[in-house]
Amino acid sequence: MTTHTPSIPQLAEDLATPPLTLSQLGWLRFRRHKMALVGVVIIIFLFLFAFGGALIYSEQYANYTDTSLRLLPPSAEHPFGTDTIGRDILARTIYGGQISLFIGIVAVIIETLLGILVGALAGYYGGWVDSLLMRITEALLNIPTIFLLLVMAKFFGGQVPEIDIGGRVFSGSVIVIVVIIGATSWMYLARIVRAEFLSLKENEFVLAARATGTSNAQIIFLHILPNTFAPIIVSSTLSVANAILSEAYISFLGLGVQAPTATWGNMLDSSANYLDSAPWLWFFPGMLILLTVLSINFLGDGLRDALDPRSRTV
Amino acid sequence: MTKTLLKVSDLKTRFHTPEGVIHAVNGVSFEVKEGETVAVVGESGCGKSVSMMSMLKLIPTPPGDIYSGEVLYRGNDLLKKSEQEMEDVRGKEIAMIFQDPMTSLNPVLTVRRQLTESLREHLNFTAEQAEKRAVELLEQVGIPDAARRVQDYPHQFSGGMRQRVMIAMALSCAPSLLIADEPTTALDVTIQAQIVELVTRLRESLRMAVIWITHDLGVVAGMADRVIVMYAGFIVEQASVEDLYDSPSHPYTLSLIAALPRVDRRRDQRLKSIPGSPPNLLVEPKGCPFAPRCEFVMEKCRQENPMLAEIGSDHFAACWVDVKTGAPR
Amino acid sequence: MSDKPLVEVQDMKKHFPVSSGLIIQRNVGLVRAVDGVSFSIAKGETLGMVGESGCGKTTVGRTMLGLYPATSGSVTIDGDDILHLKGRDQLRVRRKAQIIFQDPYASLNPRWTVSAIISEPMRVHKLFATEKERTERARELMNLVGLNPRLLNRFPHEFSGGQRQRIGIARALASDPLFIVCDEPISALDVSIQAQVVDLLEELQDRLGLTYLFIAHDLSMVRHICDRVLVLYLGVMVELADRDELYENPLHPYTKALLSAVPIPDPRKDRARKRTILTGDVPSPLNPPGGCRFHTRCPIAMDVCKKEVPEWREAVPSHFVACHAVETGKTE
Ligand SMILES: Nc1ncnc2c1ncn2[C@@H]1O[C@H](COP(=O)(O)OP(=O)(O)O)[C@@H](O)[C@H]1O
Ligand SMILES: Nc1ncnc2c1ncn2[C@@H]1O[C@H](COP(=O)(O)OP(=O)(O)O)[C@@H](O)[C@H]1O
Ligand SMILES: [Mg+2]
Ligand SMILES: [Mg+2]
Repeated sequence: MTTHTPSIPQLAEDLATPPLTLSQLGWLRFRRHKMALVGVVIIIFLFLFAFGGALIYSEQYANYTDTSLRLLPPSAEHPFGTDTIGRDILARTIYGGQISLFIGIVAVIIETLLGILVGALAGYYGGWVDSLLMRITEALLNIPTIFLLLVMAKFFGGQVPEIDIGGRVFSGSVIVIVVIIGATSWMYLARIVRAEFLSLKENEFVLAARATGTSNAQIIFLHILPNTFAPIIVSSTLSVANAILSEAYISFLGLGVQAPTATWGNMLDSSANYLDSAPWLWFFPGMLILLTVLSINFLGDGLRDALDPRSRTV
Repeated sequence: MTKTLLKVSDLKTRFHTPEGVIHAVNGVSFEVKEGETVAVVGESGCGKSVSMMSMLKLIPTPPGDIYSGEVLYRGNDLLKKSEQEMEDVRGKEIAMIFQDPMTSLNPVLTVRRQLTESLREHLNFTAEQAEKRAVELLEQVGIPDAARRVQDYPHQFSGGMRQRVMIAMALSCAPSLLIADEPTTALDVTIQAQIVELVTRLRESLRMAVIWITHDLGVVAGMADRVIVMYAGFIVEQASVEDLYDSPSHPYTLSLIAALPRVDRRRDQRLKSIPGSPPNLLVEPKGCPFAPRCEFVMEKCRQENPMLAEIGSDHFAACWVDVKTGAPR
Repeated sequence: MSDKPLVEVQDMKKHFPVSSGLIIQRNVGLVRAVDGVSFSIAKGETLGMVGESGCGKTTVGRTMLGLYPATSGSVTIDGDDILHLKGRDQLRVRRKAQIIFQDPYASLNPRWTVSAIISEPMRVHKLFATEKERTERARELMNLVGLNPRLLNRFPHEFSGGQRQRIGIARALASDPLFIVCDEPISALDVSIQAQVVDLLEELQDRLGLTYLFIAHDLSMVRHICDRVLVLYLGVMVELADRDELYENPLHPYTKALLSAVPIPDPRKDRARKRTILTGDVPSPLNPPGGCRFHTRCPIAMDVCKKEVPEWREAVPSHFVACHAVETGKTE
């Protein structure tokens, strides 16, 4: 060994890269999507409508029946009109909105957890675990979702008693519907997560963790999973819209959330016989579903671009 | 005296980004004579690629902005040419090869298709002529079994072979100037040696000028006629290859040479590394851009950026200090 | 240097099965990435391992740390048989052996702060009682590798390639290892930054008494940093010698070709020397050439080279080579 200077050259204090963090970059990119911004505004408005509106109209009012007032067109007193048994449609869209949004969000949480679990295990372990999980996933994907939904709704519907949360009574079917939607929609996400895991597990930072002796569970959940958040967030956002639509489908076929709990979906269902004679019955819940789905899709597009980890440019 | 092929003066390019203005090229002037090999050396991010792309008007605008300069190619200013006229210059007169061959090869087309297309477009070859020439070109760049390999897709070639295919494409219209942007940086030394040897041989047989960009002063020692050293978008030293290695006159060049390990000598000491990291191009430097990392730094260096000045016959350096004596120049 | 080597690799093989088929996977071949290598490294020594891309250097480095399951062979590090230990015992060996990667971008988790990255080995091996002590140690490590500890809460993407490589080194040092596999730690860096990283590695070796396996595809830095050099070709060893012996008296034609491919930063010297430029690429290890694996590219190949595998023997004291031409004395 030759003589050496004991000091290690200190690097310049400042960093070579620009002072923007990833989230700042993401925001800059997101901001360019005008429609995504519009989507966010509409979504905020919808939440205000469903949850703020409850401060103006009570739940009793939404469920208050007076057949003498049935099928009134929109007026100053009933801005959205009344339904077949005289309930105020505005108040019902407010409370229905809460349930629809709840279904959308909770179903997606279930879907996301399932999708992540299946995708992560299949992608990380590979081999027979992967083959098994992916065969199941593909099998489920090959059955039309609507068919799965209907069979499961028919089978489990009405088996859960009514539940009481904070003095408000909900039809047990809400829970059933949420679980069913969640359990029938995780397959796409599982495939996305699996693909991400397949490529990320070859990354050297994963090898570094293994060389240190980090456990598989920690590698999966602490190392790899955070790097798949971008596609998961995008996919989950879009799934909220799908879950709300799914609820509307099953409700429209009479297998959804049961009365007296309102959802936008079952409100549409009850308008089926009055498409021409009382269009306000379907117009308002239908519009709200459409707005929700569109704005969530705009938001999803914006997020897709903003969260792209491969792109470091604006 | 050979004729000047390319004369670049005061070329300046910047990028407008959300983080601020990146001053990538800050007044670059140099010449390339016919048949000459010029090496452009400097650390990553010092503006080598952007200078070359600016010359060929290949900078995306926005965010790029070539805001000053003149690029005279055989006396015509390329920066004043229209996009259509430039298309004729690129490929036909000046060809470029890159570090990653896949940036210039189309992955879904066979090599034959890509080679014949440019031959037929630029040189009006017939189908058969182009076909024949394509195989010749592949043979010329040393691809074994060229007649068969011409039908392959780019991904079917190894890294080194792909680089040869790209060179064949670049040579297809017999350009007078080849710009090679770090073509061997991603390759093994053995393959690098092959590519260097190939370009040297082709340059002689085609009497073509070459601009060879690299971050490694070792590679160009044996092949270049002249070396340009860049730092932070400025040319800091320019000299014939012998002069540059014999008497490097900018502290940056000195450090680049000192940082190289030598296979041909027993090790005597630690390598001398350049402390710190490359400059931040977001702030327009006040004074010499190398001053924060320079071991010869004086007060003046922090105040005023030295101009490139002739310090010996045909040897230029931009430094306030005479690195041999350490005294102010 | 003590008598008993710190690291001992014996006849290690790593074959990757190549499978095809969509549902039923059939093995259609074997990539013989590493086909029987044996070497040892003394404590405090740096062994260089060189060869072109695809020669199996990375596979050797990863297999000997148990990151790929070995096909056969054994690896002892500080007396522990790393490939055959499980659970707690394996964790104990993992603490002693670490790895530094080639790609400064892929080797750091982009979602973790530098602090989390550097303290992970300490957490896994339960080296300190509290998070605060671990952070304190992370600050020390940052200082040790020449980074400002103020940057601990930054994310990797905010650093340059050379700085990231320092972070990778700090992580490798966090568990106080004895041995580090440096898998081409400088190949992705600019020449000027390469010198910084190599100086740092040497400095750390002097201070901490580390032992290195230094992998490179370029012989120039190896001459600078290594004590002994092992040349690998297509998964087998072709030459092993002390540094200056290898550079001044290379025996194997492959070593000679590697040496002559390295540019010399001196225009007159570089132009004047006689170069052997290898033709073509490294053949596929899926179907390695029979006999001497190098015979397809060897400038002095003889008939016997195509048929017989050359014997690994000590041609000059402590200078090993596997070449028929050396045996018969026809080396030019
Ligand atoms: N399209 C672009 N947008 C913004 N900045 C760019 C762009 N292209 C290059 N730059 C910046 O210009 C500087 C010089 O880059 P370049 O010429 O590629 O360096 P090199 O010397 O490594 O070839 C770098 O700081 C780089 O970040
Ligand atoms: N996981 C793997 N599966 C199959 N083949 C592999 C794998 N990893 C490496 N190989 C093959 O093994 C050979 C040696 O690779 P590697 O060890 O990466 O070489 P080097 O590091 O010397 O470039 C290569 O031909 C490569 O394609
Ligand atoms: Mg470049
Ligand atoms: Mg490797």
